[in-house]
Amino acid sequence: MMLLQPGFLASVPVQNALLIGAGAALLSGAAGVFTVLRSQSFAGHALADVSSAGGAMAYLLGISPLLGFFSLSVLGALALEVIGTRRAAERDLAAGIVLGAGMGGTALLLYLDVTVKGSAGAAVSVMFGSLFAAPPGLGVAVALGALAGLLGLGLIYRPLLLASLDSELAKADGVNTRLLGTAYLLLLALAVTLSAMAVGAILSTALLIGPAAAALRLAHSPAAAMGLAALLGLFCAWGGVWLAYQSYGWTPGHVWPVSFFITALVLAVYAVASLVRRG
Amino acid sequence: MTPALNVEGISVALGGREVLRDVGFSLAPGAFCGLIGANGSGKTTLLRTILGFTAPSAGRVTLGGAVGYVPQKLQLDPDMPIRARDFVELGLNGHRFGFPFPSRARRARVEELLSAVDAKTFADQRIGELSGGQQQRVLIAHALIREPKLLLLDEPLANLDLRAAAEIIALLKRVAAQGVAVLISAHDMNPLLRAMDRIVYLANGRAASGKTQDVVRTEVLSALYGYHIDVIRVHERILVVAGEHGAHGHEHVAAIP
Ligand SMILES: Nc1ncnc2c1ncn2[C@@H]1O[C@H](COP(=O)(O)OP(=O)(O)OP(=O)(O)O)[C@@H](O)[C@H]1O
Ligand SMILES: [Mg+2]
Repeated sequence: MMLLQPGFLASVPVQNALLIGAGAALLSGAAGVFTVLRSQSFAGHALADVSSAGGAMAYLLGISPLLGFFSLSVLGALALEVIGTRRAAERDLAAGIVLGAGMGGTALLLYLDVTVKGSAGAAVSVMFGSLFAAPPGLGVAVALGALAGLLGLGLIYRPLLLASLDSELAKADGVNTRLLGTAYLLLLALAVTLSAMAVGAILSTALLIGPAAAALRLAHSPAAAMGLAALLGLFCAWGGVWLAYQSYGWTPGHVWPVSFFITALVLAVYAVASLVRRG
Repeated sequence: MTPALNVEGISVALGGREVLRDVGFSLAPGAFCGLIGANGSGKTTLLRTILGFTAPSAGRVTLGGAVGYVPQKLQLDPDMPIRARDFVELGLNGHRFGFPFPSRARRARVEELLSAVDAKTFADQRIGELSGGQQQRVLIAHALIREPKLLLLDEPLANLDLRAAAEIIALLKRVAAQGVAVLISAHDMNPLLRAMDRIVYLANGRAASGKTQDVVRTEVLSALYGYHIDVIRVHERILVVAGEHGAHGHEHVAAIP
Protein backbone atom coordinates (compact mmCIF):
# COMPACT_ATOMS: atom_id res chain seq x y z
CA MET A 1 0.00 0.00 0.00
CA MET A 2 1.40 3.36 -1.00
CA LEU A 3 1.13 6.00 1.62
CA LEU A 4 1.87 8.88 -0.72
CA GLN A 5 0.15 9.03 -4.04
CA PRO A 6 2.24 10.47 -6.88
CA GLY A 7 1.19 13.24 -9.27
CA PHE A 8 -0.77 15.33 -6.79
CA LEU A 9 -0.28 18.72 -8.44
CA ALA A 10 -0.32 17.33 -11.99
CA SER A 11 -3.88 16.07 -11.65
CA VAL A 12 -6.46 18.38 -13.24
CA PRO A 13 -9.28 17.57 -10.76
CA VAL A 14 -6.80 18.30 -7.95
CA GLN A 15 -5.89 21.68 -9.45
CA ASN A 16 -9.57 22.51 -9.75
CA ALA A 17 -10.20 21.36 -6.19
CA LEU A 18 -7.31 23.43 -4.84
CA LEU A 19 -8.61 26.54 -6.60
CA ILE A 20 -12.17 26.05 -5.32
CA GLY A 21 -10.90 25.28 -1.83
CA ALA A 22 -8.69 28.36 -1.79
CA GLY A 23 -11.41 30.74 -2.95
CA ALA A 24 -13.94 29.34 -0.51
CA ALA A 25 -11.55 29.30 2.44
CA LEU A 26 -10.11 32.78 1.92
CA LEU A 27 -13.47 34.57 1.64
CA SER A 28 -15.22 32.47 4.28
CA GLY A 29 -12.36 32.91 6.73
CA ALA A 30 -12.25 36.69 6.36
CA ALA A 31 -16.02 37.19 6.26
CA GLY A 32 -16.50 34.68 9.07
CA VAL A 33 -14.72 36.98 11.53
CA PHE A 34 -17.64 39.38 11.29
CA THR A 35 -20.12 36.51 11.38
CA VAL A 36 -18.67 35.54 14.74
CA LEU A 37 -18.38 39.12 16.02
CA ARG A 38 -21.95 39.89 15.02
CA SER A 39 -23.24 36.57 16.41
CA GLN A 40 -24.69 35.67 13.03
CA SER A 41 -23.53 32.05 12.84
CA PHE A 42 -27.10 30.84 12.73
CA ALA A 43 -27.95 33.23 9.90
CA GLY A 44 -24.90 31.93 8.03
CA HIS A 45 -26.08 28.37 8.51
CA ALA A 46 -29.60 29.28 7.37
CA LEU A 47 -28.21 30.82 4.18
CA ALA A 48 -26.23 27.66 3.51
CA ASP A 49 -29.31 25.49 3.95
CA VAL A 50 -31.34 27.71 1.65
CA SER A 51 -28.56 27.63 -0.92
CA SER A 52 -28.81 23.82 -1.02
CA ALA A 53 -32.20 24.27 -2.70
CA GLY A 54 -30.33 26.21 -5.39
CA GLY A 55 -27.82 23.40 -5.70
CA ALA A 56 -30.59 20.87 -6.17
CA MET A 57 -32.27 23.24 -8.64
CA ALA A 58 -29.05 23.48 -10.67
CA TYR A 59 -29.09 19.69 -11.20
CA LEU A 60 -32.69 19.86 -12.34
CA LEU A 61 -32.18 22.73 -14.78
CA GLY A 62 -28.71 21.68 -15.86
CA ILE A 63 -27.24 25.09 -14.96
CA SER A 64 -23.96 25.89 -13.19
CA PRO A 65 -24.07 24.86 -9.51
CA LEU A 66 -22.43 28.15 -8.59
CA LEU A 67 -25.33 30.07 -10.10
CA GLY A 68 -27.88 27.78 -8.45
CA PHE A 69 -26.38 28.02 -4.96
CA PHE A 70 -25.71 31.75 -5.18
CA SER A 71 -29.12 32.81 -6.47
CA LEU A 72 -30.89 30.99 -3.65
CA SER A 73 -28.58 32.17 -0.89
CA VAL A 74 -29.04 35.77 -2.06
CA LEU A 75 -32.78 35.19 -1.97
CA GLY A 76 -32.33 33.80 1.55
CA ALA A 77 -30.33 36.89 2.60
CA LEU A 78 -33.05 39.19 1.33
CA ALA A 79 -35.70 37.12 3.09
CA LEU A 80 -33.73 37.41 6.35
CA GLU A 81 -33.65 41.19 5.95
CA VAL A 82 -37.35 41.46 5.21
CA ILE A 83 -38.47 39.21 8.06
CA GLY A 84 -36.24 40.22 10.91
CA THR A 85 -34.58 43.59 10.99
CA ARG A 86 -36.69 45.43 13.53
CA ARG A 87 -35.16 43.87 16.61
CA ALA A 88 -32.02 41.83 17.22
CA ALA A 89 -34.06 39.08 18.89
CA GLU A 90 -36.00 38.64 15.67
CA ARG A 91 -32.87 37.69 13.76
CA ASP A 92 -32.66 34.13 15.07
CA LEU A 93 -36.35 33.68 14.55
CA ALA A 94 -36.06 34.87 10.96
CA ALA A 95 -33.09 32.56 10.38
CA GLY A 96 -35.05 29.58 11.69
CA ILE A 97 -38.02 30.33 9.46
CA VAL A 98 -35.92 30.92 6.36
CA LEU A 99 -33.89 27.76 7.07
CA GLY A 100 -37.05 25.66 7.34
CA ALA A 101 -38.51 26.98 4.12
CA GLY A 102 -35.19 26.47 2.33
CA MET A 103 -34.77 22.88 3.45
CA GLY A 104 -38.35 22.11 2.50
CA GLY A 105 -37.62 23.36 -1.00
CA THR A 106 -34.43 21.29 -1.06
CA ALA A 107 -36.37 18.15 -0.16
CA LEU A 108 -38.72 18.70 -3.09
CA LEU A 109 -35.99 19.59 -5.59
CA LEU A 110 -33.77 16.64 -4.62
CA TYR A 111 -36.79 14.36 -5.05
CA LEU A 112 -37.31 15.80 -8.52
CA ASP A 113 -33.58 15.38 -9.28
CA VAL A 114 -33.94 11.66 -8.65
CA THR A 115 -37.33 11.10 -10.28
CA VAL A 116 -37.01 13.45 -13.28
CA LYS A 117 -33.27 13.53 -13.89
CA GLY A 118 -32.26 10.23 -12.40
CA SER A 119 -29.31 11.86 -10.59
CA ALA A 120 -29.21 9.70 -7.50
CA GLY A 121 -25.94 11.23 -6.28
CA ALA A 122 -27.31 14.77 -6.20
CA ALA A 123 -28.30 14.73 -2.55
CA VAL A 124 -24.89 13.74 -1.21
CA SER A 125 -23.13 16.07 -3.61
CA VAL A 126 -25.28 19.10 -2.75
CA MET A 127 -25.25 18.54 0.98
CA PHE A 128 -21.73 17.20 1.58
CA GLY A 129 -19.83 18.33 -1.52
CA SER A 130 -17.89 16.40 -4.14
CA LEU A 131 -14.84 18.53 -4.69
CA PHE A 132 -12.95 16.18 -7.02
CA ALA A 133 -16.01 15.88 -9.25
CA ALA A 134 -16.48 19.64 -9.66
CA PRO A 135 -16.98 20.90 -13.23
CA PRO A 136 -13.66 22.05 -14.77
CA GLY A 137 -14.49 25.77 -15.07
CA LEU A 138 -15.72 26.06 -11.50
CA GLY A 139 -12.29 26.71 -9.98
CA VAL A 140 -11.74 29.93 -11.87
CA ALA A 141 -15.32 31.10 -11.21
CA VAL A 142 -14.95 30.49 -7.46
CA ALA A 143 -11.59 32.27 -7.40
CA LEU A 144 -13.11 35.32 -9.13
CA GLY A 145 -16.09 35.26 -6.77
CA ALA A 146 -13.76 35.16 -3.78
CA LEU A 147 -11.75 38.09 -5.13
CA ALA A 148 -14.91 40.16 -5.59
CA GLY A 149 -16.09 39.23 -2.10
CA LEU A 150 -12.76 40.16 -0.48
CA LEU A 151 -12.77 43.51 -2.28
CA GLY A 152 -16.30 44.20 -1.07
CA LEU A 153 -15.35 43.23 2.46
CA GLY A 154 -12.37 45.60 2.37
CA LEU A 155 -14.60 48.43 1.16
CA ILE A 156 -17.11 48.12 4.00
CA TYR A 157 -14.55 47.07 6.63
CA ARG A 158 -14.52 50.22 8.78
CA PRO A 159 -18.25 50.96 8.98
CA LEU A 160 -18.93 47.24 9.42
CA LEU A 161 -16.48 47.10 12.31
CA LEU A 162 -18.01 50.16 13.96
CA ALA A 163 -21.53 48.80 13.52
CA SER A 164 -20.43 45.42 14.91
CA LEU A 165 -18.95 47.14 17.97
CA ASP A 166 -22.02 49.20 18.79
CA SER A 167 -24.81 49.76 16.34
CA GLU A 168 -26.23 52.90 18.02
CA LEU A 169 -22.81 54.50 18.17
CA ALA A 170 -22.27 53.70 14.50
CA LYS A 171 -25.57 55.36 13.64
CA ALA A 172 -24.59 58.45 15.64
CA ASP A 173 -21.31 58.53 13.68
CA GLY A 174 -23.26 58.61 10.42
CA VAL A 175 -23.24 54.95 9.38
CA ASN A 176 -26.33 53.66 7.60
CA THR A 177 -26.45 50.48 9.68
CA ARG A 178 -29.47 49.10 7.87
CA LEU A 179 -27.86 49.29 4.44
CA LEU A 180 -24.61 47.97 5.85
CA GLY A 181 -26.35 44.98 7.46
CA THR A 182 -27.87 44.09 4.10
CA ALA A 183 -24.57 44.49 2.29
CA TYR A 184 -22.91 42.21 4.82
CA LEU A 185 -25.61 39.56 4.49
CA LEU A 186 -25.10 39.56 0.72
CA LEU A 187 -21.36 39.06 1.22
CA LEU A 188 -22.17 36.27 3.65
CA ALA A 189 -24.39 34.70 0.99
CA LEU A 190 -21.45 34.76 -1.41
CA ALA A 191 -19.04 33.28 1.15
CA VAL A 192 -21.48 30.52 2.04
CA THR A 193 -22.04 29.74 -1.64
CA LEU A 194 -18.33 29.37 -2.33
CA SER A 195 -17.91 27.18 0.74
CA ALA A 196 -20.81 25.03 -0.39
CA MET A 197 -18.89 24.50 -3.64
CA ALA A 198 -16.01 23.12 -1.60
CA VAL A 199 -17.58 21.13 1.24
CA GLY A 200 -21.31 21.07 0.46
CA ALA A 201 -24.13 23.19 1.81
CA ILE A 202 -24.48 21.59 5.22
CA LEU A 203 -20.77 21.70 6.00
CA SER A 204 -20.12 25.19 4.65
CA THR A 205 -20.67 26.71 8.10
CA ALA A 206 -17.53 24.86 9.22
CA LEU A 207 -15.32 26.90 6.89
CA LEU A 208 -17.19 30.07 7.81
CA ILE A 209 -17.09 29.79 11.60
CA GLY A 210 -14.20 27.48 12.50
CA PRO A 211 -11.16 29.35 11.16
CA ALA A 212 -12.67 32.71 12.18
CA ALA A 213 -13.36 31.59 15.74
CA ALA A 214 -9.85 30.15 16.00
CA ALA A 215 -8.29 33.35 14.64
CA LEU A 216 -10.29 35.54 17.03
CA ARG A 217 -8.77 33.62 19.93
CA LEU A 218 -5.27 34.45 18.74
CA ALA A 219 -5.32 37.81 16.95
CA HIS A 220 -5.07 41.26 18.50
CA SER A 221 -7.08 43.20 15.95
CA PRO A 222 -10.04 42.41 13.73
CA ALA A 223 -7.96 42.94 10.59
CA ALA A 224 -5.30 40.53 11.84
CA ALA A 225 -8.04 38.04 12.73
CA MET A 226 -9.38 38.26 9.17
CA GLY A 227 -5.97 37.60 7.65
CA LEU A 228 -5.25 34.74 10.05
CA ALA A 229 -8.70 33.18 9.54
CA ALA A 230 -8.19 33.25 5.77
CA LEU A 231 -4.82 31.51 6.14
CA LEU A 232 -6.13 28.92 8.60
CA GLY A 233 -9.06 28.23 6.25
CA LEU A 234 -6.64 27.83 3.36
CA PHE A 235 -4.57 25.37 5.41
CA CYS A 236 -7.69 23.29 6.16
CA ALA A 237 -8.94 23.34 2.56
CA TRP A 238 -5.64 22.44 0.94
CA GLY A 239 -4.71 20.02 3.70
CA GLY A 240 -8.06 18.32 3.24
CA VAL A 241 -7.62 18.01 -0.52
CA TRP A 242 -4.14 16.58 -0.04
CA LEU A 243 -5.24 14.06 2.59
CA ALA A 244 -8.17 12.95 0.45
CA TYR A 245 -5.83 12.45 -2.47
CA GLN A 246 -3.55 10.34 -0.28
CA SER A 247 -6.52 8.28 0.92
CA TYR A 248 -6.70 6.68 -2.51
CA GLY A 249 -3.71 4.66 -1.44
CA TRP A 250 -5.13 3.71 1.95
CA THR A 251 -8.25 2.02 0.65
CA PRO A 252 -7.23 1.22 -2.92
CA GLY A 253 -9.62 2.46 -5.55
CA HIS A 254 -11.55 4.72 -3.21
CA VAL A 255 -11.05 8.34 -2.28
CA TRP A 256 -12.43 9.33 1.10
CA PRO A 257 -14.72 12.39 1.07
CA VAL A 258 -12.66 15.61 0.92
CA SER A 259 -15.27 17.30 3.10
CA PHE A 260 -14.46 14.92 5.92
CA PHE A 261 -10.80 15.87 5.92
CA ILE A 262 -11.46 19.60 5.60
CA THR A 263 -13.93 19.71 8.47
CA ALA A 264 -11.70 17.47 10.60
CA LEU A 265 -8.82 19.90 10.06
CA VAL A 266 -11.11 22.84 10.95
CA LEU A 267 -11.94 21.15 14.23
CA ALA A 268 -8.25 20.46 14.89
CA VAL A 269 -7.29 24.07 14.15
CA TYR A 270 -9.95 25.38 16.50
CA ALA A 271 -8.91 22.98 19.26
CA VAL A 272 -5.25 23.98 18.93
CA ALA A 273 -6.14 27.69 18.95
CA SER A 274 -8.15 27.21 22.13
CA LEU A 275 -5.24 25.41 23.79
CA VAL A 276 -2.74 28.08 22.70
CA ARG A 277 -4.99 30.83 24.06
CA ARG A 278 -5.35 29.12 27.40
CA GLY A 279 -1.73 27.94 27.66
CA MET B 1 -23.83 83.52 18.05
CA THR B 2 -25.69 80.53 16.60
CA PRO B 3 -26.57 77.99 19.28
CA ALA B 4 -24.89 74.59 19.27
CA LEU B 5 -28.29 73.04 19.91
CA ASN B 6 -31.80 74.37 19.64
CA VAL B 7 -34.69 72.21 20.76
CA GLU B 8 -38.05 73.81 19.96
CA GLY B 9 -41.18 72.47 21.58
CA ILE B 10 -40.61 68.80 20.83
CA SER B 11 -43.06 66.09 21.83
CA VAL B 12 -42.16 62.43 21.53
CA ALA B 13 -44.54 59.48 21.71
CA LEU B 14 -43.24 55.93 22.25
CA GLY B 15 -45.51 52.92 22.07
CA GLY B 16 -48.56 55.17 22.00
CA ARG B 17 -47.54 57.06 25.17
CA GLU B 18 -46.34 60.65 25.18
CA VAL B 19 -42.93 60.49 26.84
CA LEU B 20 -41.90 64.10 26.22
CA ARG B 21 -44.29 67.02 25.85
CA ASP B 22 -43.37 70.45 24.52
CA VAL B 23 -39.72 70.34 25.60
CA GLY B 24 -37.65 73.31 24.50
CA PHE B 25 -34.23 74.70 25.36
CA SER B 26 -31.11 75.89 23.64
CA LEU B 27 -27.39 75.53 24.30
CA ALA B 28 -24.71 78.06 23.41
CA PRO B 29 -21.24 76.89 22.37
CA GLY B 30 -19.23 76.03 25.48
CA ALA B 31 -22.30 75.44 27.65
CA PHE B 32 -22.05 72.68 30.24
CA CYS B 33 -25.57 71.45 30.76
CA GLY B 34 -26.93 68.70 32.99
CA LEU B 35 -29.93 66.73 31.75
CA ILE B 36 -31.45 65.64 35.03
CA GLY B 37 -34.41 63.39 35.75
CA ALA B 38 -35.48 60.22 37.52
CA ASN B 39 -35.41 56.78 35.87
CA GLY B 40 -37.89 56.72 33.03
CA SER B 41 -38.22 60.51 32.89
CA GLY B 42 -37.12 60.57 29.24
CA LYS B 43 -33.43 61.50 29.31
CA THR B 44 -32.36 58.83 26.86
CA THR B 45 -35.41 59.55 24.71
CA LEU B 46 -34.46 63.23 24.51
CA LEU B 47 -30.86 62.39 23.57
CA ARG B 48 -32.05 59.92 20.91
CA THR B 49 -34.36 62.56 19.49
CA ILE B 50 -31.50 65.07 19.28
CA LEU B 51 -29.43 62.40 17.49
CA GLY B 52 -32.23 61.86 15.00
CA PHE B 53 -32.88 58.22 16.01
CA THR B 54 -36.41 59.04 17.14
CA ALA B 55 -38.66 61.43 15.22
CA PRO B 56 -40.58 63.92 17.38
CA SER B 57 -44.33 64.09 16.83
CA ALA B 58 -44.13 67.88 17.14
CA GLY B 59 -41.42 70.52 17.27
CA ARG B 60 -37.92 70.39 15.88
CA VAL B 61 -34.24 70.05 16.69
CA THR B 62 -31.64 72.31 15.09
CA LEU B 63 -27.94 71.54 15.37
CA GLY B 64 -25.11 74.07 15.05
CA GLY B 65 -22.67 71.46 13.74
CA ALA B 66 -21.47 67.89 14.14
CA VAL B 67 -22.60 65.91 17.19
CA GLY B 68 -20.48 63.54 19.24
CA TYR B 69 -22.28 60.81 21.17
CA VAL B 70 -21.15 58.81 24.18
CA PRO B 71 -23.49 55.88 24.88
CA GLN B 72 -23.87 54.74 28.47
CA LYS B 73 -21.91 51.57 27.85
CA LEU B 74 -20.57 49.77 24.83
CA GLN B 75 -22.57 46.62 24.18
CA LEU B 76 -19.51 44.58 23.32
CA ASP B 77 -18.03 41.20 23.92
CA PRO B 78 -14.95 41.41 26.20
CA ASP B 79 -13.24 39.12 23.67
CA MET B 80 -13.68 41.67 20.87
CA PRO B 81 -10.11 42.09 19.66
CA ILE B 82 -9.97 45.85 19.34
CA ARG B 83 -7.52 48.12 21.08
CA ALA B 84 -8.65 51.39 22.62
CA ARG B 85 -6.39 53.24 20.18
CA ASP B 86 -8.05 51.69 17.13
CA PHE B 87 -11.48 52.38 18.55
CA VAL B 88 -10.63 56.08 18.88
CA GLU B 89 -9.41 56.07 15.29
CA LEU B 90 -12.77 54.69 14.17
CA GLY B 91 -14.29 57.95 15.45
CA LEU B 92 -12.37 59.72 12.71
CA ASN B 93 -13.05 57.47 9.74
CA GLY B 94 -15.34 54.65 10.88
CA HIS B 95 -18.23 56.03 8.83
CA ARG B 96 -16.22 55.99 5.61
CA PHE B 97 -16.10 53.27 3.01
CA GLY B 98 -12.83 52.25 1.43
CA PHE B 99 -9.69 50.42 2.37
CA PRO B 100 -8.30 51.30 5.80
CA PHE B 101 -4.80 52.27 4.72
CA PRO B 102 -2.82 53.52 7.72
CA SER B 103 -1.88 57.18 7.74
CA ARG B 104 0.63 59.03 9.89
CA ALA B 105 -1.54 62.16 10.21
CA ARG B 106 -4.42 60.06 11.49
CA ARG B 107 -2.18 58.27 13.99
CA ALA B 108 -0.94 61.62 15.28
CA ARG B 109 -4.48 62.89 15.70
CA VAL B 110 -5.43 59.76 17.64
CA GLU B 111 -2.38 60.26 19.86
CA GLU B 112 -3.48 63.84 20.54
CA LEU B 113 -6.95 62.73 21.62
CA LEU B 114 -5.58 59.90 23.76
CA SER B 115 -3.49 62.37 25.74
CA ALA B 116 -6.37 64.86 25.95
CA VAL B 117 -8.45 62.26 27.80
CA ASP B 118 -5.50 60.78 29.74
CA ALA B 119 -5.88 57.39 28.08
CA LYS B 120 -2.30 56.86 26.89
CA THR B 121 -1.39 54.29 29.53
CA PHE B 122 -4.11 51.86 28.44
CA ALA B 123 -4.34 52.78 24.75
CA ASP B 124 -3.05 49.39 23.63
CA GLN B 125 -5.34 47.30 25.78
CA ARG B 126 -8.46 45.67 24.42
CA ILE B 127 -11.39 47.96 25.04
CA GLY B 128 -13.44 45.13 26.54
CA GLU B 129 -10.80 44.71 29.27
CA LEU B 130 -10.95 48.34 30.44
CA SER B 131 -12.66 49.54 33.61
CA GLY B 132 -15.83 51.63 33.37
CA GLY B 133 -13.96 54.90 33.85
CA GLN B 134 -11.26 53.99 31.33
CA GLN B 135 -13.91 52.99 28.80
CA GLN B 136 -15.64 56.35 29.31
CA ARG B 137 -12.43 58.17 28.44
CA VAL B 138 -11.98 56.14 25.29
CA LEU B 139 -15.61 56.72 24.29
CA ILE B 140 -15.17 60.46 24.86
CA ALA B 141 -12.02 60.53 22.73
CA HIS B 142 -13.91 58.64 20.00
CA ALA B 143 -16.71 61.20 20.14
CA LEU B 144 -14.40 64.24 20.15
CA ILE B 145 -12.00 63.30 17.39
CA ARG B 146 -14.16 64.77 14.63
CA GLU B 147 -14.43 68.08 16.50
CA PRO B 148 -18.15 68.16 17.20
CA LYS B 149 -19.94 71.35 18.26
CA LEU B 150 -22.12 69.36 20.63
CA LEU B 151 -21.24 66.42 22.86
CA LEU B 152 -24.07 64.22 24.16
CA LEU B 153 -23.36 61.82 27.03
CA ASP B 154 -25.89 59.34 28.37
CA GLU B 155 -25.34 58.70 32.10
CA PRO B 156 -21.53 58.71 31.85
CA LEU B 157 -21.18 58.74 35.64
CA ALA B 158 -23.61 55.91 36.35
CA ASN B 159 -21.06 53.16 37.03
CA LEU B 160 -18.18 55.28 38.29
CA ASP B 161 -16.89 55.80 41.81
CA LEU B 162 -16.67 59.37 43.15
CA ARG B 163 -13.08 59.91 42.13
CA ALA B 164 -13.50 58.56 38.59
CA ALA B 165 -16.66 60.65 38.22
CA ALA B 166 -14.82 63.80 39.33
CA GLU B 167 -12.08 63.10 36.79
CA ILE B 168 -14.54 62.65 33.95
CA ILE B 169 -16.34 65.86 34.94
CA ALA B 170 -13.06 67.77 34.98
CA LEU B 171 -12.27 66.36 31.54
CA LEU B 172 -15.67 67.40 30.18
CA LYS B 173 -15.24 70.84 31.71
CA ARG B 174 -12.03 71.24 29.69
CA VAL B 175 -13.93 70.13 26.58
CA ALA B 176 -16.61 72.77 27.20
CA ALA B 177 -13.90 75.40 27.71
CA GLN B 178 -12.80 74.69 24.12
CA GLY B 179 -16.23 75.82 22.91
CA VAL B 180 -18.02 72.47 22.67
CA ALA B 181 -21.52 72.44 24.17
CA VAL B 182 -21.77 69.49 26.57
CA LEU B 183 -25.12 67.87 27.43
CA ILE B 184 -24.76 65.18 30.06
CA SER B 185 -27.59 63.11 31.46
CA ALA B 186 -27.68 61.96 35.09
CA HIS B 187 -30.27 60.94 37.62
CA ASP B 188 -28.35 62.68 40.41
CA MET B 189 -27.39 66.29 39.82
CA ASN B 190 -25.06 66.59 42.82
CA PRO B 191 -21.80 65.42 41.24
CA LEU B 192 -22.43 67.95 38.44
CA LEU B 193 -23.41 70.93 40.59
CA ARG B 194 -20.05 72.72 40.51
CA ALA B 195 -19.44 72.04 36.85
CA MET B 196 -22.74 72.73 35.15
CA ASP B 197 -23.89 76.19 34.23
CA ARG B 198 -27.21 75.09 32.73
CA ILE B 199 -29.76 72.46 33.58
CA VAL B 200 -32.61 70.74 31.79
CA TYR B 201 -34.78 69.10 34.43
CA LEU B 202 -37.21 66.44 33.23
CA ALA B 203 -40.28 65.31 35.16
CA ASN B 204 -43.76 64.35 34.14
CA GLY B 205 -42.74 64.39 30.48
CA ARG B 206 -42.02 68.11 30.65
CA ALA B 207 -38.84 70.09 31.09
CA ALA B 208 -37.71 73.11 33.07
CA SER B 209 -34.50 74.62 31.79
CA GLY B 210 -32.19 77.52 32.43
CA LYS B 211 -29.44 78.43 34.85
CA THR B 212 -29.14 75.86 37.62
CA GLN B 213 -30.04 78.24 40.46
CA ASP B 214 -33.12 79.48 38.56
CA VAL B 215 -34.48 75.98 37.91
CA VAL B 216 -33.64 74.01 41.03
CA ARG B 217 -36.12 75.89 43.23
CA THR B 218 -39.13 74.81 45.20
CA GLU B 219 -41.64 76.76 43.07
CA VAL B 220 -40.25 75.73 39.70
CA LEU B 221 -39.92 72.01 40.46
CA SER B 222 -43.26 71.86 42.31
CA ALA B 223 -44.93 73.27 39.19
CA LEU B 224 -43.10 70.70 37.04
CA TYR B 225 -43.96 67.69 39.22
CA GLY B 226 -47.50 68.89 39.88
CA TYR B 227 -47.23 68.48 43.63
CA HIS B 228 -45.28 70.07 46.43
CA ILE B 229 -41.54 69.58 46.27
CA ASP B 230 -38.91 70.82 48.67
CA VAL B 231 -35.50 71.78 47.43
CA ILE B 232 -33.15 71.39 50.37
CA ARG B 233 -29.51 72.45 50.41
CA VAL B 234 -27.21 70.63 52.82
CA HIS B 235 -23.42 70.81 52.75
CA GLU B 236 -23.36 72.02 49.13
CA ARG B 237 -25.63 69.16 48.13
CA ILE B 238 -29.13 69.59 46.84
CA LEU B 239 -31.91 67.21 47.81
CA VAL B 240 -35.14 67.34 45.90
CA VAL B 241 -37.72 65.75 48.17
CA ALA B 242 -41.41 65.10 48.07
CA GLY B 243 -42.83 66.20 51.41
CA GLU B 244 -45.76 64.74 53.34
CA HIS B 245 -48.00 64.74 50.26
CA GLY B 246 -45.69 62.38 48.46
CA ALA B 247 -46.54 59.61 46.06
CA HIS B 248 -47.83 57.12 48.62
CA GLY B 249 -49.86 59.58 50.60
CA HIS B 250 -48.27 58.88 53.96
CA GLU B 251 -45.63 60.93 55.64
CA HIS B 252 -42.19 60.28 54.25
CA VAL B 253 -39.21 62.05 52.89
CA ALA B 254 -37.62 60.68 49.75
CA ALA B 255 -35.15 62.03 47.30
CA ILE B 256 -36.92 61.99 43.95
CA PRO B 257 -34.30 61.94 41.28
N1 LIG C 1 -39.25 51.76 22.70
C1 LIG C 1 -40.11 52.20 23.66
N2 LIG C 1 -41.44 51.95 23.56
C2 LIG C 1 -42.29 52.39 24.50
N3 LIG C 1 -41.93 53.11 25.57
C3 LIG C 1 -40.63 53.39 25.72
C4 LIG C 1 -39.65 52.95 24.78
N4 LIG C 1 -38.44 53.38 25.19
C5 LIG C 1 -38.65 54.04 26.33
N5 LIG C 1 -39.96 54.06 26.65
C6 LIG C 1 -40.58 54.72 27.82
O1 LIG C 1 -40.25 56.08 27.76
C7 LIG C 1 -39.99 56.58 29.05
C8 LIG C 1 -38.65 57.30 29.04
O2 LIG C 1 -37.63 56.37 28.87
P1 LIG C 1 -36.10 56.80 28.82
O3 LIG C 1 -35.31 55.59 28.54
O4 LIG C 1 -35.95 57.95 27.93
O5 LIG C 1 -35.88 57.26 30.34
P2 LIG C 1 -34.52 57.67 31.04
O6 LIG C 1 -34.75 58.99 31.69
O7 LIG C 1 -33.38 57.59 30.11
O8 LIG C 1 -34.42 56.55 32.15
P3 LIG C 1 -33.12 55.88 32.83
O9 LIG C 1 -32.64 56.84 33.89
O10 LIG C 1 -33.66 54.64 33.46
O11 LIG C 1 -32.11 55.62 31.77
C9 LIG C 1 -40.03 55.41 30.00
O12 LIG C 1 -41.25 55.48 30.69
C10 LIG C 1 -39.98 54.21 29.11
O13 LIG C 1 -40.78 53.20 29.65
MG1 LIG D 1 -31.61 56.35 30.02
